[in-house]
Amino acid sequence: MLKFENVFKRYSGTNDVLKNVSFHLRRGEIAFLTGHSGAGKSTLLKLIGLMERTTRGEIILDGQSYTAVKERHVPYIRRKMGFIYQDYKLLQDRTVFDNVALPLVIEGYGHQEVARRVRAALDKVGLLGKEKHFPLGLSGGEQQRVGIARAVVNKPPFIIADEPTGNLDPELSAEIMMLFEQFQNVGVTILIASHDISLIERMRHRVLRLDHGQLAAN
Amino acid sequence: MKQIDNYPRKQKPPVKQDVKLNTKAGGSFADRLKAYRDQHAQSLFSSLGRLFAAPFTTTMTISVMALAIALASGFYLVVINLQQLTSGLEASNQISLFLRDEISEAHAKKYAETISKNPNVQDVNVVTKQQAMNEFKRFSGFGEAIEVLEKNPLPIVIEVLPKDALTSKQALTGLLEDFKKSTEVDFAQMDLAWVERLQSMVRTARLAAISLAILLGMAVFFIAGNTIRLEIHDRRQEIVIAKLVGATNSFIQRPFLYTGFWIGFLSGVAAWFIVTAMMLILRPSVENLSGLYEGSFHLLFFSYLETLALLGASTLLAVVGSWLVLHFQIRRLQPE
Repeated sequence: MLKFENVFKRYSGTNDVLKNVSFHLRRGEIAFLTGHSGAGKSTLLKLIGLMERTTRGEIILDGQSYTAVKERHVPYIRRKMGFIYQDYKLLQDRTVFDNVALPLVIEGYGHQEVARRVRAALDKVGLLGKEKHFPLGLSGGEQQRVGIARAVVNKPPFIIADEPTGNLDPELSAEIMMLFEQFQNVGVTILIASHDISLIERMRHRVLRLDHGQLAAN
Repeated sequence: MKQIDNYPRKQKPPVKQDVKLNTKAGGSFADRLKAYRDQHAQSLFSSLGRLFAAPFTTTMTISVMALAIALASGFYLVVINLQQLTSGLEASNQISLFLRDEISEAHAKKYAETISKNPNVQDVNVVTKQQAMNEFKRFSGFGEAIEVLEKNPLPIVIEVLPKDALTSKQALTGLLEDFKKSTEVDFAQMDLAWVERLQSMVRTARLAAISLAILLGMAVFFIAGNTIRLEIHDRRQEIVIAKLVGATNSFIQRPFLYTGFWIGFLSGVAAWFIVTAMMLILRPSVENLSGLYEGSFHLLFFSYLETLALLGASTLLAVVGSWLVLHFQIRRLQPE
């Protein structure tokens, strides 16, 4: 599903942020990405999301090498992945429904199809009935679940979660992780960047640990 | 939470090196076409709604743009009217001789006869003081005020029409100079020169109107661009999130372009009303003035075609200004 082959990343005027990183995530696999701050976690996520390009090496997502991807192709590649953030990144002036519908509207789905899929996604995360609420009126856990619904509404084969439980208490974190495992069961590949050692240990999934830009544990 | 059981498990093709652009959403072609149309309609009306949601800012922007457009198009209309005025004037080469005050009527008639013997002259006509006065009373509306004057202040005028054969400017000027030298004449004037001067003035005004229109058009362009720049700044969070979930630049630009369209169009409409209102205010006094000159001059307003051109130009300038800003600014906003 996702393959890194000898990836290097260097920002102009610095040392290598990522050094010779290689790994392969299979379809339906969950992996944690961990490491001290500055180890290159966010750079690695940016490379996957095409916010940054590799200096050397190759990334292949869902059979598509990033090397050939031009700037105008980027939106279409991004539609293959769902992003989940610690700070949710929801539009505060839009309803829950509109927030979740955004990826579908962008892809040009018709009205009815959008409504059907948004409701299905909200149902999955247990927020059916809150379509007309605004994000600020929801709790942190609920906002995170809106973010998750938005990430999965267009059924991407790959999900990237950046500290998805960072702002949540252990109980809510466990709920979110359970959601991820349900997605895993239907073949979605999930990469979760996290600091939460106890959570990582409890979940017993694959762990990619970055240390000074190098993959220290796999 | 419900168990998910219908998540797609589609088999993906093996590694491909070329970029596959899956631009198609689900549904039939007709569905997608409808969704595309709906997106445009949605952008069209939501951008208008957004403008109304910030009435103060919108009014300010549109007012500034409308004033710029009104200035340019108002000046244009003035020139068009002046052109109408001067194109009606035939370039007649008639010469008017204003005689000295002390010259008597009999003396004037004798002088006119002398002139008519000049081989270069075709026709001579004497306008006596009384005739001039009557004419003036009739057309000026100052009749009663003139009654008060003890003495008729108007001079005797001899209108001389040179022979048609006499077309060269030099010969005409020579004739004029001859008249100027005679002792009876106080002041001699060739109408042709007057018409020429007026027409050249109108031409200059026309050029000035064009330059002004270009400058103010640029102002409209930049004001629209700047408005969109501020709008982008206000909504950058939204833009970044849209990019994150796979929005193309053209999808993101669309509502902003419609905003540009609306401010351009509405400014054009406002400018049309400003100029038309000003012309309506001017009309009575212009038509009164025209009456004084025995003229049948009617103020020209914007024609249908000119109205279309006005709206089209203001809309186009605003859209292009917006597009240019969008083209550079949307690219720079990237998700983190």
